[in-house]
Amino acid sequence: MQITVSVNGDAYTQEVEPRLLLIHFLRDELRLTGSHWGCDTSNCGACVVWLDETPVKSCTVLAAMVDGHRVRTVEGLESGGRLDPVQEGFARCHGLQCGFCTPGMMLTARWLLDHNPDPSADEIREALSGQVCRCTGYENIVRSVLWAAKNDIAERPSGGDLDATAEADSGVRQ
Amino acid sequence: MQVPAQVEYERATSVAHALALLTRYGPEARILAGGHSLIPMMKLRLAQPETLIDINGLSELSYVTVAEGTLRIGALTRHAQLLDSAVAGGHFAILHDAEKVIADPIVRNWGTIGGSLCQADPSEDLSAAFAALKATMVICHPGGTRTVPAREFFTGPYETVVAPAELLTEIRIPVRAGGGSAYEKVGRRVGDWPVGAAGAALWLAGDTVSDAGIGLTAVGAKHFAAAEAEEFLCGAPASEESFARAGEIAAEHCTPSSDQRGPAEYKQHLAKELTVRALRRALHRARAGDA
Amino acid sequence: MTAVGDSPNGAYGRVRRKEDARFVRGRGTFVDDIQLPGMLYGAVLRSPLAHARIVSVDTLAAEAHPKVAAVITGETLAGMGLAWMPTLSRDVQAVLATDKVRFQGQEVAFVVARDRYSARDALELIGVEYEPLPAVIDATRALGPGAPVIRDDIAGRTGNHIFDWEAGDRAATDAVFAAADVVVAQDMLYPRSHPAPLETCGVVADMDKVTGKLTIWCTSQAPHAHRTLYAMFLGLPEHKIRVVSPDIGGGFGSKVPVYPAYVCAIIGSQITGRPVKWVEDRSENLMSTTFARDYHMHGEIAATRDGTVQGLRVRVLADHGAFNGTAQPTKFPAGFFGVFTGSYDLRAAHCQVTGVYTNKAPGGVAYSCSFRVTEAVYLVERMMDLLAREIGADPAQLRLKNLLRPEQFPYRTPTGWEYDSGDYARTLRVALDAADYPALRREQAERRERGELMGIGVSFFTEAVGAGPRKHMDILGLGMADGADLRVHPTGKAVLGVSCQTQGQGHETTFAQIVAAELGLSPDDVEVVHGDTDRTPFGLGTYGSRSTPVSGAAAAVAARMVRERARIVAAAMLEASADDLEWANGRWQVRGDPEQGRTIAEIAMAAHSSLELPDGVQGHLDAAAVYDPPNLTYPYGAYICVVDVDPGTGAVTVRRFIAVDDCGVRINPMIVEGQIHRGLADGVGMALMQAIAFDTDGNCLGGSFMDYLLPTSMECPSWELRETVTPCPHHPIGAKGVGESATVGSPAAVVNAVMDALAPLGVRHADMPLTPANVWSAIQGNPLRTDLAIT
Repeated sequence: MQITVSVNGDAYTQEVEPRLLLIHFLRDELRLTGSHWGCDTSNCGACVVWLDETPVKSCTVLAAMVDGHRVRTVEGLESGGRLDPVQEGFARCHGLQCGFCTPGMMLTARWLLDHNPDPSADEIREALSGQVCRCTGYENIVRSVLWAAKNDIAERPSGGDLDATAEADSGVRQ
Repeated sequence: MQVPAQVEYERATSVAHALALLTRYGPEARILAGGHSLIPMMKLRLAQPETLIDINGLSELSYVTVAEGTLRIGALTRHAQLLDSAVAGGHFAILHDAEKVIADPIVRNWGTIGGSLCQADPSEDLSAAFAALKATMVICHPGGTRTVPAREFFTGPYETVVAPAELLTEIRIPVRAGGGSAYEKVGRRVGDWPVGAAGAALWLAGDTVSDAGIGLTAVGAKHFAAAEAEEFLCGAPASEESFARAGEIAAEHCTPSSDQRGPAEYKQHLAKELTVRALRRALHRARAGDA
Repeated sequence: MTAVGDSPNGAYGRVRRKEDARFVRGRGTFVDDIQLPGMLYGAVLRSPLAHARIVSVDTLAAEAHPKVAAVITGETLAGMGLAWMPTLSRDVQAVLATDKVRFQGQEVAFVVARDRYSARDALELIGVEYEPLPAVIDATRALGPGAPVIRDDIAGRTGNHIFDWEAGDRAATDAVFAAADVVVAQDMLYPRSHPAPLETCGVVADMDKVTGKLTIWCTSQAPHAHRTLYAMFLGLPEHKIRVVSPDIGGGFGSKVPVYPAYVCAIIGSQITGRPVKWVEDRSENLMSTTFARDYHMHGEIAATRDGTVQGLRVRVLADHGAFNGTAQPTKFPAGFFGVFTGSYDLRAAHCQVTGVYTNKAPGGVAYSCSFRVTEAVYLVERMMDLLAREIGADPAQLRLKNLLRPEQFPYRTPTGWEYDSGDYARTLRVALDAADYPALRREQAERRERGELMGIGVSFFTEAVGAGPRKHMDILGLGMADGADLRVHPTGKAVLGVSCQTQGQGHETTFAQIVAAELGLSPDDVEVVHGDTDRTPFGLGTYGSRSTPVSGAAAAVAARMVRERARIVAAAMLEASADDLEWANGRWQVRGDPEQGRTIAEIAMAAHSSLELPDGVQGHLDAAAVYDPPNLTYPYGAYICVVDVDPGTGAVTVRRFIAVDDCGVRINPMIVEGQIHRGLADGVGMALMQAIAFDTDGNCLGGSFMDYLLPTSMECPSWELRETVTPCPHHPIGAKGVGESATVGSPAAVVNAVMDALAPLGVRHADMPLTPANVWSAIQGNPLRTDLAIT
């Protein structure tokens, strides 16, 4: 069957089998490999993407179901070459180590901040409770989202180029 | 990651169209709503339907409203919407209590109330919550609709009364003032299926219980309900002693199985303990004028 | 731009990671991201039974599937002499089963198809007839009379016994116990668990028939070791094999071994002439890749009445699964379990470890265990708490009384390990202060009066990491020394090649910091190359917390060699004597005349120029070093955990966790803290929810994330970290390594806390995981056995 879907603002029309999972459509068909997968039972959340403004586990959604809809992946977080404050927060606060869970974590964080611009640490933990990280012990992920909340403004501070090493903000206590 | 077997796909444009497709494709067709019960089963190849009928476009089935003294929840309502609904939570706090501990926030964004109920997992939290509230299910079929009490909806593990060419469309709960409700769950970890869980809804006449509903899940309670405990409670004082006895009766009528979540004796104990806690909180809310 | 450091070493400090630039954009390259032209997909058919004879394997229907390119069976491999492969413990393991299957999930056939969905479909077209055999599941019965013999593939085998190993002085220990005032004994299980990195294992194998080169992209923590193993096992010329570990989504020891499906993918590529990708699903990961722990321990501790610990005696039954595939240095079949004597001054100690086969997946050494140090520390720290309970001592005071004192270092333990440095009591006191321990005990007393169950658990650990000196430590004959090569380009930028392999530890940043600190460069000017055997020097890889102790040392040594070469070049540039130069402010400058100096960048250009150099001095500015560590390193720490237990349900909430770590010099404190945070989460997970159990038929009960539960942001508190710094005396930069410390020290802290909470109810011990059901059952007097099905 044929589906048409807008991913990160770009329209794609493809032939797919009805059984094709959305995560595989994104990764294998569209070559958007920023979203990952890590389990068989919809537990780990490495596959989280936005489906029409709502974070979903794309391993549990068929590509067929998103025909006519919009999808946002980690590749769609930055805009105009500038990183989203969530991405900046994760880099500054050491909210990632291996990077595998990170796209999903950032997309959920972005959604949270869009709906709750000043969340508490507990609210952040609850929002991310459906996603597993094996590397960070979650502490710095929470700090990253708190940083993004504080710095979630249209103009970002200068020095947002992540290719330069700079002093990290990870020592900032909550 | 595991992947489903080949399957055909149709998209329904209305309830009538969905029923026509179900009729056309027969018992090997399955309704696809949020897919968060069905698709995992398909990936593990425990379910291999021949045709999926996608009803996600039927926005007319997604609502939480009060009309004519009845809370009506559309079957396609997402768990997150029910959790967010001030209308639902304002009348029945048990629904918020239960939704808060179902799966995780991301799964709740897409999984539906109807999907969870029709999956009929013996550990489903909503089955106990709706049993406690003595809800009614509305089922559409090509000839019209029929209603089934929640306590007659489930016929066994993963089995409901919804026939192959039928569609669950709504859950109804009569709204009555002065009640209080609550849900208590023990899991090994956030998002886990319950090891045991209990929901309670109470109405008072002074210091006496005038009506009670107790729902249980994951502990082998018949129809997800503790009917004998409810019978005991009606007319009894709203006291710790009554609740303790109700808990015991509820546990006596459960037949839990041992599994890696816990041994049967523990689950039996939870049936008692959590019934008491749910009753206690329901009472507190009834007295405070909450729901 | 210059990095800001918070130590005299300049480039050390909380420097942001270079690797994050790609990861936050979703532009990492993990194995499953790799797509090559013509690439095919592999899938493994696995045994549903734990123990069975294979009667027949019928692949005709699968081969006839229009999208299937090849089907490989054990018989196919046997024809090539490849049905069995060596393990890391000098046993053999089936690549694809031939005679029998020996664990549920064992590989039976490998399908290569056009896409991953067809490969999965084709598995159902393979018909295997099995003749079930009784399964050996309970390790305590594996040696019993009448137990089925699992390894009848080995000639002459009559039982399931693998090895006996002991350490310490049995006679001296028995004497100490015989004379002791107090002896406390306890059985305890460290359950089978699994590292479960978020990215599962996978490979893309590409045999290029024209060039004869085999390129393997793989989730490998040790790419060079893999390359050598493939050369030895497959008979391929090693210089024609290239192993590339791209970005890896977590390893934790589970990506060290060569797995059967890697071999099948290589052979699939040889047969089809096209690249073959295989990436396992989560159930395959949990059911067949290397598990961790599974140590059934019996511990005894002997002490005087006033709490002076005198001796420790331990017997261990080690469940190794169906093949002995533990990955540790060859001479140490029980890894470094010999450090079970802990951080205390003992008069004598003895342990015996017996390894057995069972019908379960192979493995045992994984999950940040530092080669069985997790098991050893859990044992001794539980025994200390049980002793404290027995004599009515406070667990923190008991430890302070018995911890090794600074003047005792270097300290030779009763089992022959030499701990080099430490001020243990100071570290424990920092933890007690940070926790306000006396206030916690007062609060606990108040809560107890109200019937509330609050617990405080202490754990102190010393671990032995950084394997290791070549003369003592090898894996399959490959010595555990690692190389580093450093080249400084004419414009003063440097490239460092290392043999270790990051799976999230931040090597691209920390190793750049090491070189930058030695050469007065910015970490931005140092590019770290890793993971590609064509571009990096040989080494045994990353696990056992060895990257900083070994590869980090090699990098520092290579950088110092470059610096010394630069001195000579600088002397030539300045027309001074090399002896008159001193290194200061990132330059070689003339002593007493600092205006006369040259930076590394200036020297590099000169070294590549026509500048005349003294006789015997080569041009350019490169160096290579192979670092053979003189000893292991011994990071240590003190942890305190506070829990609340619901007496009506048994549910445990971890309220606080205070961790004080001493890992020597910290190159990047931000990264160190991140490593510790993770290990603390491991402790919560293992103590409260993670375990893989089996039923009597050998069905694996932890084969998905619905059953094998991992801690989320909700179960983990906000970790409270402090540090002490005792530099390692033999490491070039004084660092010890830290990647596994928290996983080693934390489980005992959590378990001790829960047992402390339950003490008023008379509960003495229950095994991990302390699920609500287990805690409640323990309160009733019947703690659960957590390695078997609950019935």
